[in-house]
Amino acid sequence: MNDKILLDHGSGGLATRQLIEDVFLEHLDNPVLSRMEDSAILDLPQGKVAFTTDSFVIDPIFFPGGDIGSLSVHGTVNDLAMQGAKPRYLSLGLIIEEGLELETLKRVAASIGQAAKVAGVLIAAADTKVVGKGQADKIFINTSGIGVVPERIDLGIQRARPGDVVIVSGSIGDHGAAILLARSGLPFHAEIKSDSAPLADLVHQALSAVEPDAIRLFRDATRGGVATVLNEIALASGVEIEIDEGEIPVDPDVGMVCELLGLDPLYLANEGKCVAVVSPEGASRVLEAMRGTSVGRAARIIGEVKEAKGGPRVKLVTRVGGSRIVPILSGEPLPRIC
Amino acid sequence: MAELDQFLRGRSGVEAIVNRITELVNGPVSIMEVCGTHTMSIFRHGLRALLPKEINLVSGPGCPVCVTSQQDIDRMICLADMDDVIVATFGDLLRVPGSNGSLADARARGAKVQVVYSPADALKLAQSQKGEHVIFLGIGFETTAPTVAATILQAHNLKLSNFSVYSSHKVMPPALHALFQDEGLSVHGLLCPGHVSSIIGTKAYEPICERFGLPCVVAGFEPLDILAGILLILRQIRDGKAIVENAYTRAVSDQGNRRALAIMEQVFETRPARWRGLGTIDKSGLGIRDEFSMFDAERRFDIKTPEVKEHRGCICGEIIRAKALPPQCPMFAKKCTPTSPIGPCMVSSEGTCSAYYRYAGHE
Repeated sequence: MNDKILLDHGSGGLATRQLIEDVFLEHLDNPVLSRMEDSAILDLPQGKVAFTTDSFVIDPIFFPGGDIGSLSVHGTVNDLAMQGAKPRYLSLGLIIEEGLELETLKRVAASIGQAAKVAGVLIAAADTKVVGKGQADKIFINTSGIGVVPERIDLGIQRARPGDVVIVSGSIGDHGAAILLARSGLPFHAEIKSDSAPLADLVHQALSAVEPDAIRLFRDATRGGVATVLNEIALASGVEIEIDEGEIPVDPDVGMVCELLGLDPLYLANEGKCVAVVSPEGASRVLEAMRGTSVGRAARIIGEVKEAKGGPRVKLVTRVGGSRIVPILSGEPLPRIC
Repeated sequence: MAELDQFLRGRSGVEAIVNRITELVNGPVSIMEVCGTHTMSIFRHGLRALLPKEINLVSGPGCPVCVTSQQDIDRMICLADMDDVIVATFGDLLRVPGSNGSLADARARGAKVQVVYSPADALKLAQSQKGEHVIFLGIGFETTAPTVAATILQAHNLKLSNFSVYSSHKVMPPALHALFQDEGLSVHGLLCPGHVSSIIGTKAYEPICERFGLPCVVAGFEPLDILAGILLILRQIRDGKAIVENAYTRAVSDQGNRRALAIMEQVFETRPARWRGLGTIDKSGLGIRDEFSMFDAERRFDIKTPEVKEHRGCICGEIIRAKALPPQCPMFAKKCTPTSPIGPCMVSSEGTCSAYYRYAGHE
């Protein structure tokens, strides 16, 4: 087999078949996928079905703490989990740029397989296309996911109400800082790792710890960061959310990168962190349940939901006791010089 | 260092100093923070909410990105549109509007615009891309100009033929002079920029201080630094004094950084510069000296852009001088918004107009 991906590999012919067998079945094989039919037939338990899709175009494709393969699994699994769904099946669509090293593709496929295994999902359907050099950047991945929502679970972004408590599942901004640092080539004393991880178990543990109604919503804080998620919640629920800067967990190295580049960790992307809004009575049990999971050890209460006297908004009480509004992100965060 | 940080951002020290500030205030006072980093820090730490209402903090012309003129942006875009040219820039310049879009727009239609984190990165880019000419967009005040000068010297020593700088560098004192020349100005004190001052020294403010009878205090960027600066200004006002004081002695000396000044002097010379919102100010820009003309993008390339008329009606100049509030501008929240800003006070996300737009209940 050639050591680079060629247009032939996307032709649907022999080369495609060989690629599927050598790369994808090798790492992703399961009884549903191996039938190689035109579509997968799925067994789903009773309940409401959660369905989502996401595309991944990250540069660089390998970064400290993860790669585009694991990210494409975690991203979709987490979107399902945020609705309380247990993720079951993923589809996988790859668009590969001609000339990609076969070895690179194998690494990505292995990473997808490993991440799917850890997250407890099966890759039920897959597709590969190859486009000419320059028509894509190395590899683009789309995953769609199906999960099943257990009975009595009804989470929603409009359900936050005054008095509720805001929890974040761990230190914020790690993924965004890791990617910025990897892209910038800035010399830095430490390697910052992306937090890319599946959150389904954390959500499951939290939901099991209290009456289902005590948890109003989960939201994963991906692009736009925690600030954007909180603004979305404030708007949808018609509330003010007040957070305390001193309580927001930020890794010291991430904090330092933010200082250097003039960025705010509240706006940096996370790929393994979520925000939960919980009733005041359920807060401590949910917190404890989250802290008992591998991805939620640093979970913390960061704020409270209040009545929207000044309109729906997010207010930050700063470490020095000042306060400011945390607006929704406009445009991608850019490093500043002044 | 961590201890110092903790102290400078500690709540108890801040409370103590805010109390002393509150005791000193007995009427409306406008204090201009000149530097964009001060503006950022005041915003980030929510200091306005801590200060008595009588204190009006005005954001001055000290964000180099925001005061970059439309004409300069047009010329930068013209360079970026040339064949075999890569324009290397600090990230926050990308969104600043020219008369026909921004560098980000230019990049979207195929111009080669690359974000770098230092002029040295741009130099490295030139070394690795021999087939392309790399133009570094030099913006910034006395803080960044010395490192750009040093990079030009390095390129000179390396005899690099595919690297140049578009210098839109500016120096602060002439702009402050121009700003305060205006009669009826309502600014009572100047919080002088710590970074710039570490290069130019506190003595650079003496002429302004004397000429305009303006209390000037050089301050650092942590909450306590800024509040200490405000306190010293208020004390001067109470005592009827107008002197230059240094509240940032851990970084700033009277004379400044002589080595940095010497490098700047070797590579650059002052010339008139155009400031967004303020117009052309004599001796406020830094051009590249003849000796280094081969690293001067303006002289290497034929830049053809039509003469730009700054938007008539933009009153950023008045707003920066604390003579007007954003809603008094005919363009505010109509033609000029954070997503399509016109004046510097809207370009900067922490500028007075932008802050007003977002936080003063305007929807």
